[in-house]
Amino acid sequence: MKDKIILNMITQRAIEEGQAMEKGKTTREYFEACSVVEMNPEDMKRIGIWRNTNVRVTSEVGSVIVKAIEPTQFCPPGLAHIRQGVWANQVVPPRTQSTGTPQYSGFPVTIEPAINEKIKTALELVQGAVGLWKGGN
Amino acid sequence: MPKWITQVGCPYCGSSCDDIEVLVSDDGKKILETRNACVIGNEIFHHVSSPDRPKKPRMRQPDGNFKEITYDEAVDYTAKTLLKSKKPLIYGFGSTNCEGMSAVARVAEKAGAVLDNCASICHGPSFLAIFDNGYPSCTLGEVKNRADVVLFWGCNPMHAHPRHTSRYSIFPRGFFTTKGQMQRTIICIDPRETDTAKLANIHLMIKQGHDYDLFDAFRTVLRGHDIPAEVAGIKKDQILEAVEKIKKGRFVMIFFGMGCCHTDGRNHNVDIAISLTRDINSHTKASIMAMRGHYNIAGPGQVWSWQFGFPYCLDLSKGTHAHMNPGETSSVDLAMRDEVDCFMNVGTDAGAHFPIDAIKHLKKRPFITVDPNICMASEISDLHIPVRVVGVEEPGIVYRMDNVPIQFKKVVDGPEGVPSDEELFDRIYERMCELTETEPIWLPSREHAKAPTAAEQ
Amino acid sequence: MAEILIKNGFVIDPTRNIDGDVADIAIKDDRIAEQVGSGAKVIDARGKVVMAGGVDVHAHVAGPKVNVGRLMRPEDKLFKSPYAQESYRMESGFSIPSTFKTGYDYARMGYAFVMEAAMPPLHSPHVHEEIHDTPIIDQGALPVFANNWFVLEYLKNQEIENSASYVAWLLAATKGYGIKLVNPGGTAAWAWGLNCLTLNDTVPFFDITPAEIITGLMKTNEYLGLPHSIHIHQNSLGTPGNYGVTLDSLRLAEGMKAKNKFSRDTVMHSTHIQFHSYGGDSWGNFESKAREVMDYVNQQKNITVDLGCVTLDETTTMTADGPFEHHLTRLNHLKWANTDVELETAAGVVPYVYDKDIKVCGIQWAIGLELGLYAKDPMRTFITTDHPNAGPFIRYPRIIKWLMSRDAREETLASFKYSSKVIDATNLHAIETERNLYEIAQMTRAGPAKALGLSHMFGGLAPGMEANVVVYDLNYKDMPSDPEMIERAFSRARWFIKSGDIVVKDGDIASHGNKRTFWVNAKVKENPQVIRDIHEKFLKDYTVGLNNYPVWDSLAPNPYVINIDVEA
Repeated sequence: MKDKIILNMITQRAIEEGQAMEKGKTTREYFEACSVVEMNPEDMKRIGIWRNTNVRVTSEVGSVIVKAIEPTQFCPPGLAHIRQGVWANQVVPPRTQSTGTPQYSGFPVTIEPAINEKIKTALELVQGAVGLWKGGN
Repeated sequence: MPKWITQVGCPYCGSSCDDIEVLVSDDGKKILETRNACVIGNEIFHHVSSPDRPKKPRMRQPDGNFKEITYDEAVDYTAKTLLKSKKPLIYGFGSTNCEGMSAVARVAEKAGAVLDNCASICHGPSFLAIFDNGYPSCTLGEVKNRADVVLFWGCNPMHAHPRHTSRYSIFPRGFFTTKGQMQRTIICIDPRETDTAKLANIHLMIKQGHDYDLFDAFRTVLRGHDIPAEVAGIKKDQILEAVEKIKKGRFVMIFFGMGCCHTDGRNHNVDIAISLTRDINSHTKASIMAMRGHYNIAGPGQVWSWQFGFPYCLDLSKGTHAHMNPGETSSVDLAMRDEVDCFMNVGTDAGAHFPIDAIKHLKKRPFITVDPNICMASEISDLHIPVRVVGVEEPGIVYRMDNVPIQFKKVVDGPEGVPSDEELFDRIYERMCELTETEPIWLPSREHAKAPTAAEQ
Repeated sequence: MAEILIKNGFVIDPTRNIDGDVADIAIKDDRIAEQVGSGAKVIDARGKVVMAGGVDVHAHVAGPKVNVGRLMRPEDKLFKSPYAQESYRMESGFSIPSTFKTGYDYARMGYAFVMEAAMPPLHSPHVHEEIHDTPIIDQGALPVFANNWFVLEYLKNQEIENSASYVAWLLAATKGYGIKLVNPGGTAAWAWGLNCLTLNDTVPFFDITPAEIITGLMKTNEYLGLPHSIHIHQNSLGTPGNYGVTLDSLRLAEGMKAKNKFSRDTVMHSTHIQFHSYGGDSWGNFESKAREVMDYVNQQKNITVDLGCVTLDETTTMTADGPFEHHLTRLNHLKWANTDVELETAAGVVPYVYDKDIKVCGIQWAIGLELGLYAKDPMRTFITTDHPNAGPFIRYPRIIKWLMSRDAREETLASFKYSSKVIDATNLHAIETERNLYEIAQMTRAGPAKALGLSHMFGGLAPGMEANVVVYDLNYKDMPSDPEMIERAFSRARWFIKSGDIVVKDGDIASHGNKRTFWVNAKVKENPQVIRDIHEKFLKDYTVGLNNYPVWDSLAPNPYVINIDVEA
């Protein structure tokens, strides 16, 4: 067992995310739909976590705490998926290969257990990034 | 008596379904029920009645809190900020009608702004590929009526375009496809076993990021050459089987999505997909289509192409002529290089959908959001200006993912005093002209001619 | 708008047989007047030519395929867009200009009316959005019919009345002007990757031939009494040896009589005839058949043609002839866009370089001019470039130069790398004809206005007509010896008054004018079968709702509707 694992990250749409987004990005539904990373149970096993455990996902540009869940759509070992949105974009590299389009998919991340860490809300993440967050931690 | 309004357009995904039925309250103000919409569309129609919707512009105060201001004040602030900026960036238009896109173009021209839309972070690479290789495509009705082999490459309509497969691409019975799904061979190329892949006859579970290799293998086989035992994680015999199906198809359709544009290769993945389509046309009939995300995100590509010649990443800061060079004049790149000195987020949520680093850069300068709803961008803005919801409270032209224009109705009245995107931008433009003591440039045919209401139809 | 007096110009007005007489033209509001008061604004046109505003019978200037061309070709803008004129919108593009530049460019040349040559009905809101954004010029648009499922089914059963009811419904729904045919049957076949290259090829599934479609739509057109005749892009465009098919198609008009209230006496307009006047059986022995085609056109009085002249530019081809564009991309290997439109039509777009040093391009150039020079009746032969297919419309002045000056033609011909081969394959070198200003006015104004059924409004300067008056820097009595001066004069009007507004002064835009959208509303008696068919097809086969299909009035905010009551 390792304490961290390197996976290939993709961030794409999900219907749960779409529906919650239209309800509002500050809603509970949006939080639950998007603050998750889908990864293969084998990969979970490798870092010794159960499903629904909080993990820290770290890329070349930043890190974010999300909940590791078993994929709702099968994801092979080695691949991880955070649904597009606020949590995903904490780790998406802005590099565009000179096309204008960031590297939303296909970038390496390190995933490690973060059982005692709290998942931040969308507002805390975005406002926090630009120095506007006034809530507690 | 509440009234059912039929053939209503849905302002969500690029399928731009126009068969929604909406039950509207007696006073014409509230939506009670919808039929035919997917769960996401249904949510949009109901959300307009939400009491949480802001109905006045909100300006951030020195203490960091928002204060409600009047529309006149918001228009004045925006006009002055745009005029003061050397190179403002006006970005978004995922949920704006073409009338609004046309109005904002006038503002951008006056401001010497960079004008960009969500394609920049979505199907922008598809535009780059189209510039190089063209776009042999068709309308969605052709798919419904003729397609017997349908490829979904790096796209997952079951999640991103929930009714696409039932209206156009897998299930419907069309004129020459009377047996519907039974008559179609579905091939899905995706690194995950998505809900779309589950519907496929053949799912090629590609090694993520190796799309170009696999497209190349398809072309190689199609041209009668040999390929290695495995390409992009797919066994040779699976590739041969898929290509055989394609060759035997009478009408082959390739849909592609962010699996091609968001990963390594970007435009090159789309470029070779187009080349594959050209190649298939030597054997049988084939078409290709980008799975555009929003109900009118094809719109700015159309409006700005006829007005300026470019679909996105338009740099109008030279004042004399338009210039486009994605990578240089694209929103995220401009942000990361700190090249713009004002950011206007219109009908989208850059706050949630840009990489957070880009937002940190943009937030160094004035940041204005125009959007009906509270979103991440609005909540970090210096000014948030709410507008009416297109397709629900405001009629207008939208372009479906196949570039078919659809005239979207209005079904209920918007909140009192809240303008449409078009009205807002025209007011900003007029204010800019006042401040610079210049004559506004209107085409005389423009009389703010209003689209009919659903009732009038 | 008020009163304007254009004094002492050399007036050229073929509608009244006026050829260079020195006279005054009076304008009151938006009409030509007999006379005006002493307070009228006076424009001194002494030593200059005065004509009616130009009328373009066929150009692709608005709509989906034009915009695909703009979108697909950023290189058409690079170093090719002029700088914006102060107080006017930015302009962009060369072969496929932006809508703003389109309006400004036509105005600078003194054109008042432009017909968009092919409108896919499903995309008609798009066409009208672009027309809306094209300033100054009046426009109409021709919906395409010759591959439309309704039409194919009605005509297969020889149901002219049903065909007419459907056409009338669609014209109103799309705010269209008349009946356009593009590669009849061939584009429908293209939906399966096939084509119809002769008049007797059967259209797959529909079991009808191009000849039957052409004849059927001609009858439909005269049944309705539309202002314009059918407007046809024939089968087998752009292939060596196609002149036989061309003559066969033209012969279908024999014996047909025009029936309308618009003083139109023709029943078929055959467009960009240059692309259809090819001999040989390969690009190797490709040659001109302009004389054979024009001999027929000259004697057959009930047809009109436009030239579709090749201008030797890098341009963008675009047509509802889907199979042709596929053929073209296989020839030149450049990027290719295609859009098949459900139940209705298709379109393709491919960039093309008419290189003067390529033999075939030189021959194509010569054919277009030969046709313009062989024409015996300039009132039935119109100058076009099938913009942007054979070249951009801003080259009309250059074509006028070539038609008016043998020296100019010879100079161009001599500059070709393969000029002797071009001379061998064509007759141009031997033609001495030089067109005069009167004939040019017929070919660019009076003629097309008449063919479109608009001779009461456009193409002439008689009192009561639309006040579209252009003043060119040309001295009728002392024409320049340098043909370049002719091109220059027609490129930038000295004055252009459009519907009474001064829109161009000294070659620059002076006003956004007052553009209108022309469309035809033919009232036929209610036809339950056609209404039922429309409902059924929208329910089953289309992917948009019938309710959302007809173009909103707000998209054509300044309409000019031509109403026709069709007698039962």
